[in-house]
Amino acid sequence: MQSLSLLAEVTGSLGSIGYGLAAIGPGIGIGLIFGNGVQAIARQPEAYGVIRQNMILGFALTEALALIGFVAPFVFGK
Amino acid sequence: MGVSSLVAAGAVRLSDESNCHLIPWGGGSDCGFPAPTADIFSFSPYSTLAIAGQEFNFTKPVVLAIIGSVFLIVFFLAVFRKPKLVPGRMQSVGEYGYTFIRDGVAREVIGKEGDKYVPFLFSLFFFVWMLNIWGIIPFAQFPVSSRIAWPVALAIVIWPLYMWLGMRHQGPVKYFTNMMFPPGLPKPIYLILAPIELVSNVLVRPVTLAIRLFANMFAGHLLLTIFAVATFYLISPSLIGILGSAASFVMSVILTAFEAFIQALQAFIFTLLAAVYISTSLHAEH
Repeated sequence: MQSLSLLAEVTGSLGSIGYGLAAIGPGIGIGLIFGNGVQAIARQPEAYGVIRQNMILGFALTEALALIGFVAPFVFGK
Repeated sequence: MGVSSLVAAGAVRLSDESNCHLIPWGGGSDCGFPAPTADIFSFSPYSTLAIAGQEFNFTKPVVLAIIGSVFLIVFFLAVFRKPKLVPGRMQSVGEYGYTFIRDGVAREVIGKEGDKYVPFLFSLFFFVWMLNIWGIIPFAQFPVSSRIAWPVALAIVIWPLYMWLGMRHQGPVKYFTNMMFPPGLPKPIYLILAPIELVSNVLVRPVTLAIRLFANMFAGHLLLTIFAVATFYLISPSLIGILGSAASFVMSVILTAFEAFIQALQAFIFTLLAAVYISTSLHAEH
């Protein structure tokens, strides 16, 4: 067990790295939501109201993850 | 003198002098960028009211919220107290807001019986929007909902409402069984799905509702502050200083416009989610 050595170290702001990691998933998710939402509106413009409402709902649920990732370093920072 | 020497002169002067900020900044004598921290969200109270050993502090967010609430009450009283058949200018504004919530949120999400919840959703939307919009009003410039107590208090209003509605419309036990066992799935799935559904409907919903609003406003205010501070921090009698300062200023103007959009959107999302929660309590999912 003596050979347990430090291979890599992160210095500086861990919070910003954490936020970067937390933003990957929601980034992909929000892209999918709005991409498909715009496509749906283009195919069926008369369903704009329903599509927009569901699009914003999905966006809100996805975006919450990124925001929790942003706030967590401030809350558990020190 | 070329651009590069101007830049170099500016850099030398900045690192040499002990007071490196052209406009004195209260961040101490060190020359590093005084990045705003979570401290900018705490205020010392203007005055304290002590009632029965309980202290009520009137800080900036509280005062802003009171002013905003009074404004909303006065505005909508003035608009709707004596409605005319042919609406005037102010009444059209009020009615536009009302029909936006009724048609865009209540009827769209809940359905015909949603009309009963329009007053609640209407008040909720405008109250949250008012809390948010303080973030870009000059001289106030603090989004009240970036203090987590406000969104939490609103979530504490919404949570018992949809729980109670669900138990009343579906039955106290049926509400939970409908929630945990949506029909038409293979039996083993319920082992995993039932606890997830229970936790997400009862615990996660109010928590994310509050955190979403809080975190959006928190992040937005921090972003605006960073560029506003940078505008003052970067300014110096050199080309790079002026360019950096001007760029930061332009960014803070653009972000203020962006924040105006985000604030309205978050108020809308908050109301929309409240309507969705009410709607799922009224009808079991099929």
